[in-house]
Amino acid sequence: MTARTTVGAVLPLRLKPYVDADNSAFWSGGADGALMIHRCRSCGSWFHPPAPVCRNCQSLEVGPERASGRGTVASYTVNVQPWIPGSEPYLIAWVELAEQPGLRLTTNLVDVEAEDVSLDMPVEVVFEPHPDGDVWYPLFRPAPGATA
Amino acid sequence: MSGLPDVVIVGAAESENVGVVPDQSQFQLAADSVLRALAQCGLGIGDVDGVASTLQVAQFAHHLGTRPRWLDGTGVGGCSYMLHVRHAVAAIQTGQADVVVVAHGESGRSRVGPTLRVPDMASPGGQFELTYGVAGTFSSFTIPTTAYLHKYGLGEEALAEVTAAQSAWASQNPRAFRGKSLTVDDVLASRIIAWPFHVLECCPVTDGGGALVLTSAERAADLDLTGPPVRVAGSGETCEGPGASFMEDLTTFRGFRDSSAEALRQADLTVADIDHLMVYDAYAHLPLYGLEDIGFVGRGEASAFIASGATRPGGSLPMNTNGGGLLYTHTGQYGMFAIQEAVRQLRGEAVVQVPDVRTSLIQGVGGMFSAAGALVLTTA
Repeated sequence: MTARTTVGAVLPLRLKPYVDADNSAFWSGGADGALMIHRCRSCGSWFHPPAPVCRNCQSLEVGPERASGRGTVASYTVNVQPWIPGSEPYLIAWVELAEQPGLRLTTNLVDVEAEDVSLDMPVEVVFEPHPDGDVWYPLFRPAPGATA
Repeated sequence: MSGLPDVVIVGAAESENVGVVPDQSQFQLAADSVLRALAQCGLGIGDVDGVASTLQVAQFAHHLGTRPRWLDGTGVGGCSYMLHVRHAVAAIQTGQADVVVVAHGESGRSRVGPTLRVPDMASPGGQFELTYGVAGTFSSFTIPTTAYLHKYGLGEEALAEVTAAQSAWASQNPRAFRGKSLTVDDVLASRIIAWPFHVLECCPVTDGGGALVLTSAERAADLDLTGPPVRVAGSGETCEGPGASFMEDLTTFRGFRDSSAEALRQADLTVADIDHLMVYDAYAHLPLYGLEDIGFVGRGEASAFIASGATRPGGSLPMNTNGGGLLYTHTGQYGMFAIQEAVRQLRGEAVVQVPDVRTSLIQGVGGMFSAAGALVLTTA
């Protein structure tokens, strides 16, 4: 199955998120090549999506912190049905970030054919800028040496 | 067991038509169902003092002409009706209501008078999923399945078996939206929606309604019923995370485990006592998770269990006997139809009747592996 996996061309139209106080670091971090993920300053737990309270220790002292940008593929699908007009098949994945077990985000896999994706495959972040230049989408590609 | 009075379902009806109903709004589908359910127990709107619905509940109660003293607008997705029943039992047991109607109506296909679905880019899904082309449940609710199949070394046919087995029920049911008999090969030959899911492993989108009437067993004894009362013997509810990606373990749903365990404990039954099973099946992986998480089979054994014929007509554990959400109907919030089928089986009124059903377990899910609700219903 061939999927669209070129940065900037996975989707014919990529919707813009509503940027708020909690998520602005996540969507703008790409300008500096940084994957910004919320972390509790009391207990050190990471969590995503950003939230105003730590669900591990209930501290309100939470905020964005730069993560390594490395992770593994926890699960994925190849979306085929073109609900977005004009879309070709593309990969939607949940990547588990290296910082903490179970710390997952939804993303698109790029620079990889669908049949070469495997579970637990190491991946690294790459950023796709919105044409308006104010939002950077974190996408993930195989880490060097991850695929045969 | 609990010392509390028994609560029973005395009316249970679907709208006259389900499937494609372009001439009725979601409120009309729900109202039609309520009137049919009340007619089964000799009660009128004036007797109803509790209303629960996923429709805007105050608006619906007003449209119906009720004067309720108890309302429940719990809306956690397709299992909301299991929660409504659970809450109604408590309300009736404590005297907060005498006669409760639980109502569903959804014009999912024809979109007549619907609740509008506007993409909300400020919601968690809008911010972190729509931005990646997750345009519906089919490319999100299904994602854990890749991890599940990988863990147990299973192929795509594990999903196709679910649809094929349920078609053995649906093909005998004239009301089923997809009423053909299907083999595993038929299912695998249907087009891919979101790999590994084919279109016949994803529910259709339909129109329909359903309603339940609940009261105390004591009151039911004085009513002129068209069918035997069905006892709500146990119930459970919980939630895990706001979406499927938050599951603690992608291969098992804590919501199914916790809610079913509580429902069985309340009913003082074990899985060995269950004659009939309904597992919410918006997608074909859900019965696999349900069979394992409730404890009918061990981890990774569900697809082999289904392939053995155990859940088909004549099998040891008849499951999704209306054809399920995959084949019977799926308006959007399917849970009401799973409850309706369990009641029909317990009353002996099902289109494809299983002999001697005395206990039924209904397992619902809401959102995408988010909320869960379970009921154990028994003959009274």
